[in-house]
Amino acid sequence: MKVRAQMSMLFHLDKCIGCHTCSVACKNLWTDRKGAEYMWWNNVETRPGTGYPTGWEDQDHYKGGWHRDDKGRLKLTLHSKAGGLGKLFYNPSLPELDDYYDPFTFKYGDLFSAPEADQQVTAVPISKITGKEMKIESGPNWDDDLGGSDTFARNDISMEGVDDAVRAQMEELERVVFNYLPRICNHCLNPACVGACPSGAIYKRGEDGVVLVNEDKCRGWRMCVAACPYKKVYYNWTTGKSEKCILCFPRMETGQAPACAHSCVGRIRYMGVLLYDADKIADMTTMPEDELLDAHLGMILDPYDPEVVRAAEASGIDAPWIDAARRSPVYKFVKEWGMALPLHPEYRTGAMMFYIPPMSPVVSTIENDLVKLDLPDEREDFELLEQLDKARLPIQYLANLFSIGDQEPIRKILRIMLSIRTFKRRQSLDGGDIDAATIAMLERAGLTVNEAEDIYRLTTIPTIEDRFVFPPYHREMAIEELNDPLAHKGETGLGYIQPAHRGP
Amino acid sequence: MTTNEFLFGAMPYLVFGMAVAVTFFRWKLHPFSVSSLSSQLLESRRLYWGSIPFHWGLSTILVGHLAALAVPQGFRWWNGVPIRLYLLEVTGLALAIWAAVGIAVLVWRRWSTPRIRAVTKPMDMVVLGIVAVQIVTGIWIAVGYRWGSYWGTSVFVPYFRSLFSLHPQPEFIEPLPFVLKLHAFSFFVFVAAFPFSRLVHILSLPLGYTTRPWQRVVRMNRDPGGYHGSSKEVQNR
Repeated sequence: MKVRAQMSMLFHLDKCIGCHTCSVACKNLWTDRKGAEYMWWNNVETRPGTGYPTGWEDQDHYKGGWHRDDKGRLKLTLHSKAGGLGKLFYNPSLPELDDYYDPFTFKYGDLFSAPEADQQVTAVPISKITGKEMKIESGPNWDDDLGGSDTFARNDISMEGVDDAVRAQMEELERVVFNYLPRICNHCLNPACVGACPSGAIYKRGEDGVVLVNEDKCRGWRMCVAACPYKKVYYNWTTGKSEKCILCFPRMETGQAPACAHSCVGRIRYMGVLLYDADKIADMTTMPEDELLDAHLGMILDPYDPEVVRAAEASGIDAPWIDAARRSPVYKFVKEWGMALPLHPEYRTGAMMFYIPPMSPVVSTIENDLVKLDLPDEREDFELLEQLDKARLPIQYLANLFSIGDQEPIRKILRIMLSIRTFKRRQSLDGGDIDAATIAMLERAGLTVNEAEDIYRLTTIPTIEDRFVFPPYHREMAIEELNDPLAHKGETGLGYIQPAHRGP
Repeated sequence: MTTNEFLFGAMPYLVFGMAVAVTFFRWKLHPFSVSSLSSQLLESRRLYWGSIPFHWGLSTILVGHLAALAVPQGFRWWNGVPIRLYLLEVTGLALAIWAAVGIAVLVWRRWSTPRIRAVTKPMDMVVLGIVAVQIVTGIWIAVGYRWGSYWGTSVFVPYFRSLFSLHPQPEFIEPLPFVLKLHAFSFFVFVAAFPFSRLVHILSLPLGYTTRPWQRVVRMNRDPGGYHGSSKEVQNR
């Protein structure tokens, strides 16, 4: 057993309001630079929708991730090693700038300098690449709340296998239920970007699993951009280097949550250490599709298991890290309570960010198979618990996102969440008596009353210390104290000693 | 020193010396500046028609030139039969024309695509210009001074070998027609521009990729007295 530690983030999608505060915090901190304007290391997508870059889940087109070949071996979908070298001069699977968007600003100066006229002065949009006037045709969240068009929901690849009638309902703008999907780099166990990099510039940090690009070694072959199935590696068009989410490691090393997590107004994000067995990665990634999700979650080790602790110590993980792994909220949600799943585990990269799937709207009942938005007094319990198929956010759709199309894991999680909701409702609104029927309901969802209380507490009223459990990195000796962060803000970023000028 | 002696006797050593030294220091001190500077993100379709012919055509011809320099006897033997000579020359010419089409598309692309113009630096055009001169003079020689793969082995090969043996004999070049001189001279200009331009990316041809493992895990080097406490930990790294 080769134990490694992984810093992992958990997204409680039921709490996400889609406000993009995380994206803006990340943008201000990391990608507010020339060449990086179009990059959103953190972005929030409306689901159903096509996301950013448009249609990133379409791996027939982008060739991201890994697949299992006929003989059960793991293959990089983008290329073989020799084939990768053959495609150095032109990579047919690379997204173009217009698949993201043409970054723009406005000629704000015109607002002050325009001559007096009858019309209102307008600030004309200009491209941040060419500096010329342009027509804005897309943006990083162009399909936000579906942008008034049914095109985005209709073109969502994860709608595959969803019942036609439900699908038609999802495409109706007036009736569709949105949910929001914040995405950062998944800091995978078996990253496709690392596998695809001809220069060997990308690596996974041993101590906390953060996947990083060594920009001194990067030669701009841009295979990582195509190979990442989540499209979370970006090519800086001015420096000719690839960049990606660094999980705010300079912040984590000083005990602060990453900017996206720290700024989250819905407090949907949790962070903590997970221990995993690196020896199992090869087996996990080659599992047949129906066993893949279990194998994926099975990678995570129990930090209370004495054998795991011994192996972790032998692998160089010290006691404070093991302690942090025990207190990790991510571990609790993913393993103890089984409420969180990785995004698109079928890409076989071993994604290490986890999501709790969202519930459908609170106030709704089902009458004659139609969802009603008003809740009559006599129906206090949520009928959805017994009729998950009627959920306005189709189970199959969530299953396509988080469980390789298998509905059962999603049903199990929704049952847990709905039964806790009903339990707390009876407890707080109906006089506080917990009757046998309520306990039986919790048991049907696999919960005890204590567990339900714990999940309720960590979900709704966690403190910042509950949400973010960071191990001590002890990097105070290593931090480059001589670097002025503000001086570096306009440059390549902290830790780089070269100015971010395009090489000659 | 005559002009010929300077250009073909002294300059090769100057430019090669400079190229080696500057490339070394750039590699060591400014590795961040070394990149293929791909612009495929900004424009893809024209790049397809330009980059593939340009790179494949030119690199194949370059390998041919180096092979002639290394084993001229082999070329003489191969060319002993006329049909094989024609085959070699036609292949070379076809590759050169393919590369010429490629560079024409690339120049046009740089000029006509607003996004590409925005990232174009003067050095990009200089590099394209130098390489264009090499391709055009190469085609000119192939057509006008047949058969280069035959006589080249007794003119250019001894000249370059004289350079390598540190007894330069620029007199090999002296009687040659202007186009041939230009073809050789533009190569030295290419070498001179090499360390100061994006051309350095040629050296980063990632052949190591074929043998490296798929995954890379890196641990920070930790000094025993530094962080992460116990000495047991350090032993285990």
